Amino acid sequence: MTDQTKPSIQGDLPEPVVRRRRVSPSLIWLVPAVAALVGLSLVINAWVQRGPVIYISFQTAQGLEPGKTVVKYKDVVVGKVTTIRLTPDHHKVIVKVDLEKSASSIAVSDSRFWVVRPRIGLGGVSGIDTLLSGSFIGVDVGDSTQPQTDFTGLENPPSVTHDAQGRSFILQSGDLGSLDIGSPVYFRRIQVGRVASYRLNDDGKGVSLQIFIEHPYDKFVTADSRFWNASGVDVSLGADGLKLNTQSLATVLAGGVAFLDAPGPHPNTASAAENASFTLFDTQDKAMAPPDGPPHYIRMRFDQPVRGLAVNAPVEFLGINIGNVVSIRMDYDQKTGRFPIYVGAVVYPDRLGKAHEKLLAQAKSKGDNDDLSHMMGTLVAHGLRAQAKVGNLLTGQLFISLDFLPNPPKATYDPDARPIEIPTAPGNFDKLQEQLAQIVDKLQKIPFDSIGNNLNNSLAELDKTLKQVNGEVLPAFRNTLKGANQTLGTANSALSADSPLQQNLGSTLEQLQRMARSLRALTDYLSAHPSALIRGRGADAPPAQTAPAPAAAPAATPSQGSKP
Amino acid sequence: MSRALPRAHELGLIGCHVCGLVCRDTGLPEGVCPRCESALHRRVPGSRARTWALLIAAFIFYIPANFLPIMRTASLGDADDNTILSGVVELWVKGSPDLAVIVFTASIVVPMLKFLVMATLLLTVHCGTNWARTQRAKLYRLVELIGYWSMLDVFVVSLLTALVQFGFFSEVEPLPGVVYFGLTVVLTMLAAMSFDQRLIWDCKDEDD
Repeated sequence: MTDQTKPSIQGDLPEPVVRRRRVSPSLIWLVPAVAALVGLSLVINAWVQRGPVIYISFQTAQGLEPGKTVVKYKDVVVGKVTTIRLTPDHHKVIVKVDLEKSASSIAVSDSRFWVVRPRIGLGGVSGIDTLLSGSFIGVDVGDSTQPQTDFTGLENPPSVTHDAQGRSFILQSGDLGSLDIGSPVYFRRIQVGRVASYRLNDDGKGVSLQIFIEHPYDKFVTADSRFWNASGVDVSLGADGLKLNTQSLATVLAGGVAFLDAPGPHPNTASAAENASFTLFDTQDKAMAPPDGPPHYIRMRFDQPVRGLAVNAPVEFLGINIGNVVSIRMDYDQKTGRFPIYVGAVVYPDRLGKAHEKLLAQAKSKGDNDDLSHMMGTLVAHGLRAQAKVGNLLTGQLFISLDFLPNPPKATYDPDARPIEIPTAPGNFDKLQEQLAQIVDKLQKIPFDSIGNNLNNSLAELDKTLKQVNGEVLPAFRNTLKGANQTLGTANSALSADSPLQQNLGSTLEQLQRMARSLRALTDYLSAHPSALIRGRGADAPPAQTAPAPAAAPAATPSQGSKP
Repeated sequence: MSRALPRAHELGLIGCHVCGLVCRDTGLPEGVCPRCESALHRRVPGSRARTWALLIAAFIFYIPANFLPIMRTASLGDADDNTILSGVVELWVKGSPDLAVIVFTASIVVPMLKFLVMATLLLTVHCGTNWARTQRAKLYRLVELIGYWSMLDVFVVSLLTALVQFGFFSEVEPLPGVVYFGLTVVLTMLAAMSFDQRLIWDCKDEDD
């Protein structure tokens, strides 16, 4: 078919009209060029926007998600976690964070990072918003200009941030007590700061706490300020009753520190310098007590047993507590073969107050150094001796008493010896013990054996005697009793109502009565007519006349006359 | 038999694409149909270059489209930025493997397929080989057909952005990645359109 049509088509075919193209086809390459430019701009933009990459190590990656968890400073996102991986030893996690360019100044050496999670503690609740939004990494930007890329993340949010205004102070304490980072610091029961950090001293003998006092209140911390641990409840029973002292309920549970100026006049009211060091006392009373001054170590050698003496037992000078026993150790004296006991104590001479000052002045005027040892030498020369005395008779607890004895035992004192050794004297309890021993000795001298033997013999004799009494005396005694019984029976029958004796007695008494009556008549008559005694009776004769009457008459007659 | 089949240019002819007028091929590049004044050319001029350019541009845009997040879903304050691939992974992990497969096919497989197919077509055309011409032609038609399905992702993002606006509880917002992805899809479609499929057949008929 093509063969047929080909010639006919080729005959009168039109030719295309030639016209210039307006657009060159190569312009299409502008499209990929633009795309490349856009892509390049994206890359450049990302490059320019790219801030430093930092690595933060944490104990755990709890709540952190790569690509999602952000780093926030003052709630502004300044970076993002890109990867999380374990350290080669699997002890920690390393979180890689891409910081934004604008936040590159965050990566300085004293910046601190921590994970903001919901936290509920005694001190309060924080990070609740992260319950929904997920955890993020908080940052406290440091003041340093030294760039750093590797950081160790904090496990807890720092209680004090770099931008907080105020001052830090150092507190020295024996132990941490119930304090923790974030524990409140009170001034007149207003919370003015927090415990920022704590650490064990390098020698392990104490704890250093760093506290932070916020700006308007930091001026109240002066050189005279006293800090004490306000944790818990302070119950004291005194002459004025039971006292219960606490700062606040939160403090009771979570612990806290309080401070106040020491009582008395303060010549120096200037605020304390930043990072000034203070002592943290256990209680307010201790804090408010005059300062102890530097401690001195003294040693005492006791040749007597010190049962009842314990570490922390008080050391008293004339009844004033000047220190504590810190050690009790035993030694062996080869020469005497005895076991002396060395008691170490820490004393605070400043507790003696004026006495100490005067002694110091005296020592100085004499040209001695103002060390405790020379002062002690003077006192020892005056009869100062250490004694272990009974402080509590019930428990037998001892304390060390430094007293001037009237007749001190001779002692040598070496002022250059270190530690200072104070001569001792047996305590009153020791004397008591000696006397008791003497009594016991005397008791032991009593010949209890021979006394016993003698007593035994005497008892044997007594036994014999008793047997004799039983065998011979008792039967005789029974017979006697029988006889007596019979006698009594006879007497009884003689005295019975129908016995002749009784009847005779009755008639006799009747006679006697009658006689008495006539006597009365006589006496009546005689009292009426005393002359009748001489002249005899008148006309009417009396019914009865008894011859021996006159002798008994005066006693019987008045009773008749008085009868109406 | 195959050798007997002539082509227009062998006969010195050129046909108008619009009105179908057959003219004599003068060999000049810039000819216009004397009847309808539409451009008259044996093959679309610069077709390969244009396709290459668009394909390269599309590929350049495909890189940020994959690396930048395309969508931010926030629910209850928990914001989540997703790239195409992380979205697929998330769908798979969260228990919708069917949806994951669909999104993966539409957003990853199809664009990649287009890049591969178009590049293959262009390269084979450049070599002038007559290898598997019919299959290549079918492949081209397939690419043209499925090209716009890649817009699925873009539509998903725009739909979700418009529909899910519940403030704090749930919110979806588009991120720059989706723009680049859309550009990629559009550019690949344009590339496919600008490719003159007759070029596949511009070779010596040896075994046809």
